[in-house]
Amino acid sequence: MAGEGALTPTGYIQHHLQNLVVGLHPENGFSLARSSEQAAEMGFWAIHLDSMFWSIGLGALFLWIFKKAADKATSGVPGGLQNFVESIVEFVDENVNDTMSVKSNFVGPLALTIFVWVFLMNFMDLIPVDFIPYFFEHILGVPYMKVVPSTDVNVTFGISLSVFALMIYFGIRMKGLGGFLGELAFNPFTSDNVIIKWAFVPFNVLLEGVSLLAKPVSLALRLFGNMYAGELIFILIALLPWTVQWALSVPWAIFHILVITLQAFIFMMLTIVYMAMAHESH
Amino acid sequence: MNINLTLLGQAISFFIFVLFCMKFVWPPIITSLRERQARIAEGLAAAEQSSQRREEAEAEIETMLTDAKAQAAEIVAQAQKRSNEIVEASKDTARTEAERIKATANAEIEQEVVNARENLRKQVGSIAVDGARKILGGEVNADSHAKVIDDLVGQI
Repeated sequence: MAGEGALTPTGYIQHHLQNLVVGLHPENGFSLARSSEQAAEMGFWAIHLDSMFWSIGLGALFLWIFKKAADKATSGVPGGLQNFVESIVEFVDENVNDTMSVKSNFVGPLALTIFVWVFLMNFMDLIPVDFIPYFFEHILGVPYMKVVPSTDVNVTFGISLSVFALMIYFGIRMKGLGGFLGELAFNPFTSDNVIIKWAFVPFNVLLEGVSLLAKPVSLALRLFGNMYAGELIFILIALLPWTVQWALSVPWAIFHILVITLQAFIFMMLTIVYMAMAHESH
Repeated sequence: MNINLTLLGQAISFFIFVLFCMKFVWPPIITSLRERQARIAEGLAAAEQSSQRREEAEAEIETMLTDAKAQAAEIVAQAQKRSNEIVEASKDTARTEAERIKATANAEIEQEVVNARENLRKQVGSIAVDGARKILGGEVNADSHAKVIDDLVGQI
């Protein structure tokens, strides 16, 4: 099954963890990576086609379903789809309102998008590990296919860095550049004495800077780590004889239903909290 | 595990998704949610109000029923009284009528008695005259002695 040839456990695992990469190879030019070495050689100027395809596809699916419900939304008796969509929207809206004291037209949709999109991307983890890659490899001839976008660190960082950018944007817009930098410089150590106050600035900037930068990193790595580990365990279970796989994969999948929902919720909740911190001065 | 353009692609698609969600998905759903909340609140208030009104109406019905019962009782009492009066009145009428009939009958009887007595007296007078004539032998003339006979008759 592996592109490298023999079906050793190592090869199988590596094959499953390799994205489908397209990019500018130093020797082959613009091409599809045929091995993980080629993919690594492409460096930054490459793109994971599978991650992009599945994440955009799932995002479009989310927006299509929710748009369909939104178009038919009535304040009367809701239908099944509207009920379902509304319960999610209300859940997100409640969390936003409970966390943020400032009204915002942006944070609600942002949180909803993150929650549903991340959930759907995580959900791909529950599809048996070989189904989609097998189809792509043997029917369509595509060498690699990693179907869980949230096990791709690019995907999680793509979202978390966007959230980080929004934090800085709203922080500066709500508090002004001075207020934003002031929060970085005069917290947590401060004094009534002007000299001592300014003397604390380097320590404060160091502390606050680290905690600020840690936010997107922890946000991205938490989701990535959980999903990557979960996926890896599914792959390891898939190495067992097929007659006993169910004994492990079923409990793990059931447990994973909790994990994927929880991870989506945590990502959403932390985004809301960060947005609330950006909107309010403390 | 390589960081590459996928990151930028993800960020761009993420922003597009969020903007689309903010423009087309979130507002209609949240509006309909809020509207429904308002409508449910209205409905509950209306239900509250109508149940209050129903209670008022029930109380009103209760008073009306009591009034009607009292009135009915009064009417029944009046009717009873009236019927008693009518019965009494008809009893009185009957009594008077009976007495009148009795009086008439008595008077008639009296009259009959008088008549009978008169007849009897006349018959006794004529019998006495006949008897006297037989005793005296024709010397007694009924015509010539009419005055005496009448006197005798009157004494009987």
